[in-house]
Parts: sequence; structure tokens; C-alpha cells
Amino acid sequence: MLRYIALRGLLALLVAFTVSLAAFLLLNVAADPAQAIAGEDATPDVVEAIRARYGLDRPLSVRYFDWLGGVLQGDFGESYYWHKPVAALVADRADETITLAFSALAVTIVIAIPLGALAALNPNSWIDRFALGVAVSAQAVPNFWLGLIMIILFAVMIPIFPVSGDDTWKHFVLPAFVLGASSVPAVMRLTRTGLIEVMGADYIRTARSKGFRGWQLLRRHALRNAILPVISVLAVQLGQKFGGSVITESIFAINGLGRLALESILGADIPTVQMLIFVFAIVFVAMNLLADILNAALDPRIRIG
Amino acid sequence: MTTTDFTLSAIEGNGEIGALTPGQIFRQRMFGHTGFLIGAGLILLIALVAIFAPVLAPHDPFAQSLSSRMLPPVWIEGGTWDHILGTDQNGRDYLSRLIYGTRVSITIGLGAATVGLLIGVTLGVIAGYFGGWIDHGISFLLTAQLALPGLLLAMALVFIIGPSIWVVIGIVGVLHWTYYLVVTRAATQRIRSLDFVAAAAASGASSRQIIWHEILPNLLSAIIVIFTFELGIAILAESSLSFLGVGIQPPTPSWGLMIAEGKQAMFYRPWLVILPGICLFLLVIGANLMGDGLRDITSPEGRNE
Repeated sequence: MLRYIALRGLLALLVAFTVSLAAFLLLNVAADPAQAIAGEDATPDVVEAIRARYGLDRPLSVRYFDWLGGVLQGDFGESYYWHKPVAALVADRADETITLAFSALAVTIVIAIPLGALAALNPNSWIDRFALGVAVSAQAVPNFWLGLIMIILFAVMIPIFPVSGDDTWKHFVLPAFVLGASSVPAVMRLTRTGLIEVMGADYIRTARSKGFRGWQLLRRHALRNAILPVISVLAVQLGQKFGGSVITESIFAINGLGRLALESILGADIPTVQMLIFVFAIVFVAMNLLADILNAALDPRIRIG
Repeated sequence: MTTTDFTLSAIEGNGEIGALTPGQIFRQRMFGHTGFLIGAGLILLIALVAIFAPVLAPHDPFAQSLSSRMLPPVWIEGGTWDHILGTDQNGRDYLSRLIYGTRVSITIGLGAATVGLLIGVTLGVIAGYFGGWIDHGISFLLTAQLALPGLLLAMALVFIIGPSIWVVIGIVGVLHWTYYLVVTRAATQRIRSLDFVAAAAASGASSRQIIWHEILPNLLSAIIVIFTFELGIAILAESSLSFLGVGIQPPTPSWGLMIAEGKQAMFYRPWLVILPGICLFLLVIGANLMGDGLRDITSPEGRNE
């Protein structure tokens, strides 16, 4: 088991650094970063001055290893826009995004798992069709639009929640719903298919013949097995919530990493963008690793294969 | 393999062997699938609107008029039949802009889904056919791509390169090929072990010939299904980018951009935000329903996965 985790962990680290290299290359080769910082109307000597000031005149490989060397010591460079160390900037804003990501995950769990279970227990009934309808609609709704509609409905027409900001728990209800809704289809479908499969298994028939019915059967026998794959998908979804925070945070004016990402992109603040991509990738990779480990711990067949 | 499937369903359906040709069965399944009919109907309708936009639009979508700014739709007090869905902050006819918006969404959807297809299918077939270290390398690439925060990177790239419709198509496409890869890789591995491929190899066909003549034709239906889903995903991605200001730029009528422009006035004139969102929702749900339907029609075993 330890060997398995170590191997997976190593692979995850390799992936995270590949991602950082890819992001670095894309951001530096696709266009001239000095030009982007200077703006479209800048004269050539302004662009050259910026290139020299930020060390963008050095070869790509030198700059990448310079960046990488810094990262290994916890130094992500200085922000072009805020003129502060990027790492401090990110650490400052991480709280809001972590709160948002976990509350969004809670929303997903509360909606998707009961709905998926009800659908699986009554296949082809109205509730099954309703659940399918929810999944299909949630997949097609633009996330940013759902956010605006929620503001119009529950902050303006029926003023229960604040329009924007991040001061109290009330500020996080609508954003968590919007961000959580995007994971509902995947988690719900998986709960449903998993439970239908488990309900057809021999041991459930045995349990039934022993007199277990309804909720007891579900809780003591079926749900426990059906939930295994759902748990690992939840870990993966949590990883995606961080990257997904960009839209939600900018709509609800939450001062977290997602909003920082948008601001630093619009300010051509490449070191900050670079660190955020790296951090989001690390979180995603770590969550996938957690999912793999959970799977292996809960299901010994995987470790061998 | 496909032929046996069709023959089997012909037996089940009619009690007579070979009573229906594969084409007839296909049509029968197609017209018996409500979800597919709704989805295909929506897509067809929106495609027709895009093609005949100049005929359908009552006004020039770019014509500004200071005297008729922010007119409400006809069913709200103050609305006129001249501007059925009202006007925007520059006095441009909203219905005409929504109609021309179909062109932006569909062009970017088709373009980006094609770019993703070319990358994903190429890598998937190569990985599945050759296996070994090539497969390992491509699988690693897949893991790294999945860890990339897609929206964030797309925003940064569009901003640095400079926004245009072609840049958006290219970047959204380059970031959306994983689904094609996963499916075509698995399918290629399966087909490669079948007898007719061995027969082709025995009769002296080169790898290239086998891929083009034996493997790709058998992947076609799976590729079409993914293409339909990716169409919806790409359209949502474009609308998010345009909404955040790093996609399609004014004055082009993109639905995501129209939502961003309407956002300033959404507390008093919510229709400016609601209407383009409904258009996006219908187009994307159309693509998703059509994709679900095509999957059920081409491989009924894979239902509800």
C-alpha cells in the first residue's frame, strides 16, 4: 500500500511540474509577454524597457529554471501588478476560495446523492425522470448566467441573500449553490448507476430474503457499496472547484483566488497567473491522488491490478 | 460486430430474421427517441436561424440609436412592436443581435470541436494502435492536460495573444481534446484485436492503411457522438470567456458578451441578461440531448452510463 501511494505521489508531482512547464511555455511563446504588459499602443522602446526590467530578454530555458528554482524554495517571484511577493498575495486570498470550494461540495452532496438514490430506487418513475431532467439542465446552463439569475431572484426580487461580497456565511450561500450545481450531473448519475448495479447484486437479494426492506436495506447494505466510486469522484470534483472559482468569484465579488486570477490576467501579471495555474494544478492532482488512494484503501482489488 | 447487433435487434423487434435493413433500424430508433428528436430539432432550428439571419433579423444588429436606448420587450410597459425584444444600452435591436449571435456560437462551437477532434482522435488512435511506450507517453500527456485549469489558461492565452474569433476557436479547441482521446484510444485497442484487422495485416496492409481503412471507419459513430457533446462544451467555454471580457469583443453580438453588457443594468432590466442566457441554454441542451440520443441510437448497450 505504501509503495502504491509513493508511486502515485511521484507521478502526481511529475504531472504538476509538466503542467507548470506547459503553462510557462504557452504563456511565453504564444505571444510576447513584454508587449502584453506594455499594452497595445506602447512604443517599441517602452516594450524593450519592460523586457529588460523583468528579465524577459533572457533565454526561455534560463527563465524557466530560474522560476523553478524559486518555486522549490517557496519563492514564486514578485507580482508585476501589485508589486508584492506572489506567494504572499496567494496566501492572503486562499481562505475565501477554500471556504467556497468546500461549501460548493456540500451543496453538490446534499442535492446529487439523495436525488441519485431516489432515482435508482424508482427507475423510470417520475422522480427518475425529474432527476434526469435536473442533470441535463444543469449541464447546459452557463454557470455565470445561473449566478446572475440567482442574484436577480434571491438578492433583488426576494432579498434573502446579499448581492455580493464575502463578509458573512450568508454571502457564500448563492455562490456555493452556483459552483456546486455544476458538479450535480456527474455525481448524481454516478450515484444512480452505482446503486442500480448494487441493487441487482446477489447479496442484496439475500438481504431482501432475510427481511430487510426500504431504508434499512439501503443504509445497511446497498449505499455503502454504491458510495465508493462516488467518494472518489467527489474528491476529483473538489479539485475542479478551485479552477472553477474564477467565474463564481468574479460574479459575487468574492476576494479569493479566482478573482485574483481574473485581475492578474487583465493586468498582464504573468508571475501571479503562473503561480495560480501551478496551485490549481497541484490541488487538482492532489485531489486525484486522494481519490486513487481512497479507492485503493476501500477496494483491495485495485492495488493488485 | 455492428452487423450482428443490427441482425439481433431485427430478430427481437420483428420475430423475422433480416426483416429490416440496418438503415431502417437506425431510422426506427432515431424517430423513437424523444430526447434525440428534441435535441436535433433545436439544433436544426438554431442552425436555420444562423443561416437565414439577414432575412430574419428585423434590424441591423450594429445600428445604434441614441433616441431608443434600453427599450423593454413588447410585453412590458413601454415596449414597441418595432423592437419586439427591446433594445440594449446603445439602442441596438436586441432580437436582431440575438439572431446574429447564433452565428458566433455555432461558428466557434463547430470550429473548436473540430480542432479538438483532430488532436484527440490522432493521439487516441496512435496510442491505442501502437501501445507500449507511445501509449504511456500519450496517457501522461492526458493526465497533465486534465490537471491544467482550462478556463484560467484559456483566459490568459486569449488576453496575451489578443482576442479574435480565430484565437478563441484555436484555444478552446486545443484545451478540449481529452474526451476524444479517451474514447478513441479504448475503441482502437478493442478493434485492433479483432480478426479483420489481423486479416488486413496478414494480406500485407501497412499500419497506415489499417488505421485509415479498418480502424477509423469503425470509430466514426463514437467520434460523431463526442463531437456533438464537445459542440455544447465549446459554446459554453466561449460564452464564459466573452462574459469575462477575454473572448469575443464588442460590437460583435456574442451571447456571453451580451450578458456581460446587460449585467450593469440587470437590476432594472433583467431581460437584458435573461434572454441571451435562454438562447445559450437552448443551444447547449440541444447539443447534449442530440449527443445522448446519438449514443443510444448507435450503441443501445451503452445507455445511462
